[in-house]
Amino acid sequence: MTAITDAIASSPAAGVIRARPGGFARDLAAIAGRALRAVPRDPTAVLPPVFIALFFFVVNIATLKKLTGSHPGFSYAAFEVATAILLGVTGVSRAPALVLDVQTGYLDRLLLTPVRRTAILLGHMAADVAVAALLTVPILVLGIILGVRFPGGPLGAVVFVLLASLWSLAFAGFGYAVALKTGNPAAVNSMFLLFFPFLFLTSSYVPRSQLSGWLSTVAGFNPVTYLLGGLRSLVLGSGWQWGQLGQAVAAIAAVGLVSMTLCFAALRGRVKASSAV
Amino acid sequence: MSSVITRPGVPAPGNAGERRGPQGPAGDAIRAEALVRQFGGVRAVDGVDLAIPAGEIYGFLGPNGAGKSTMVRMLCTLLAPTGGRALVAGYDVAAQPGQVRLRIGVALQEAALDPKQTGTELLRLQGRLYGLSSRELTRRLADLGELIELGDALDRPVGTYSGGMKRRLDLAAALVHNPEIVFLDEPTTGLDPASRARVWSEIRRLNQQLGMTIFLTTQYLEEADELAHRVGIIDRGRIVAVGTPAELKRSVGSDVIVARVDGDAAAARAAVAAVAAVPGVSGVEAHGGELVIAASDGAAAISPVAVALAGSALTVRDLTLRTPTLDDVFLELTGSHIEPANHAEDPS
Repeated sequence: MTAITDAIASSPAAGVIRARPGGFARDLAAIAGRALRAVPRDPTAVLPPVFIALFFFVVNIATLKKLTGSHPGFSYAAFEVATAILLGVTGVSRAPALVLDVQTGYLDRLLLTPVRRTAILLGHMAADVAVAALLTVPILVLGIILGVRFPGGPLGAVVFVLLASLWSLAFAGFGYAVALKTGNPAAVNSMFLLFFPFLFLTSSYVPRSQLSGWLSTVAGFNPVTYLLGGLRSLVLGSGWQWGQLGQAVAAIAAVGLVSMTLCFAALRGRVKASSAV
Repeated sequence: MSSVITRPGVPAPGNAGERRGPQGPAGDAIRAEALVRQFGGVRAVDGVDLAIPAGEIYGFLGPNGAGKSTMVRMLCTLLAPTGGRALVAGYDVAAQPGQVRLRIGVALQEAALDPKQTGTELLRLQGRLYGLSSRELTRRLADLGELIELGDALDRPVGTYSGGMKRRLDLAAALVHNPEIVFLDEPTTGLDPASRARVWSEIRRLNQQLGMTIFLTTQYLEEADELAHRVGIIDRGRIVAVGTPAELKRSVGSDVIVARVDGDAAAARAAVAAVAAVPGVSGVEAHGGELVIAASDGAAAISPVAVALAGSALTVRDLTLRTPTLDDVFLELTGSHIEPANHAEDPS
């Protein structure tokens, strides 16, 4: 151990290295890089949602394909791929890892550095978007094998993945809010409960027109209904349906506005003891 | 005893003169004025004044719950003061926390590490957040690799490290950006004696060769005695004494005679009065089953003290003559012994 000061003291450049603000982009990239490196080390955080999505995709098609087969030109696989994608990416985030950082004190170590406080959160979120985009790939591949096509071409597929990833981010904001507010892993895990009303009180398995009265009413207030509509317009329509895409973006923005407001407020609360954000 | 012992001259620092904040060459590296931190109705830190010159190792001594860690968290910008103000490296911790963070390194009480990252990844990330270039990082990692002596373990996840290895990695993370001021919050708690000695040696070298100002909190009296140029004793959120270890010990007396006794309170009071009347005895205090007797010349005073005790109603179990320790200082100031929390020794 004692060799260190000898090494530093004897270095001709000793004293030259000094800390300096790294810049927002560099801070964000550093935090996102750490979050991404952690993903393959913790496969249980991403593999089960993909498995569940693939499982229900296949099972639901097998269950309901005949029932919907009487509608000419209607592909239930294309209808269902949007639901499968949302099952795969909703709730996937590094929020549990952030809780661990709170518990181990590593968040304090980050807060002791000159890193921008917002970069800590945005770095995790940038990693989440990348992971969500990656998770859509196996589901989309299976969909294409089952006959799903994008009338808008490759760009349609890109928009599809982008919408799903942004939705994942909007939903993840709730997890980060709870993680930062409570520092409690059980509380973060309980955010899974939000998943059910969002994903099931909507047109997940049949078109909204086929839902019973009360469920159709509730689905009308569920932003996921409009997100599903936008996603489905990319695989079921004959071209770009800007109205439905606009509604999907608005739905993501509305949920994102609420969740991001909550999580950035929680971040401010977490660091308010510190003198600057 | 007066509440604060006058500050003595500070031992010559290493090359501290190279690193100065805007306070100038004569300024203090750390300065606190009537610093307060209140949690609800509890004042964890209650009007603390500090003046720590650049290049000093300042030992901050106190029992669990005395306010040491709260003080550190305020000085390193993790916790906002609720009163008073503090300057670190010449910058206000509340108004200019970013400037403070660039100039300090901190190893908190619990090694704050990410168990999923490797040691190398953790140090690289730490360096990037301090704005170091890849080239600078490579150089620092080579230096710090020698510090922490982790060898190939640096490429293993931190979760596989022993407690001692984590402590050393935590120290390296605190030093990766070559800070001017280092806060070490109980850096040797939980370490085995060999690891503790290595950390002590490193703290000395960081101070002597690199001129780093070191704010060291500890529950271990021998650690403060061994390392600190000056020691501040905190009790219930207030600084009760400041001075060099030698000065603090002298304030108790040149020698200390400790009598372990049995008997009731009335007998103890009578014995205290009898011993206090012995020539050469400068103070007597009863604490539990002990009488702590300060004497200018212990060897000369021990016989008359023994005679005085023999004439009292107390039963003397043993009588010990020794030089004062910081524990005696602590006992005199606070009325209780400092009792470090028990942590399992963790060989590294």
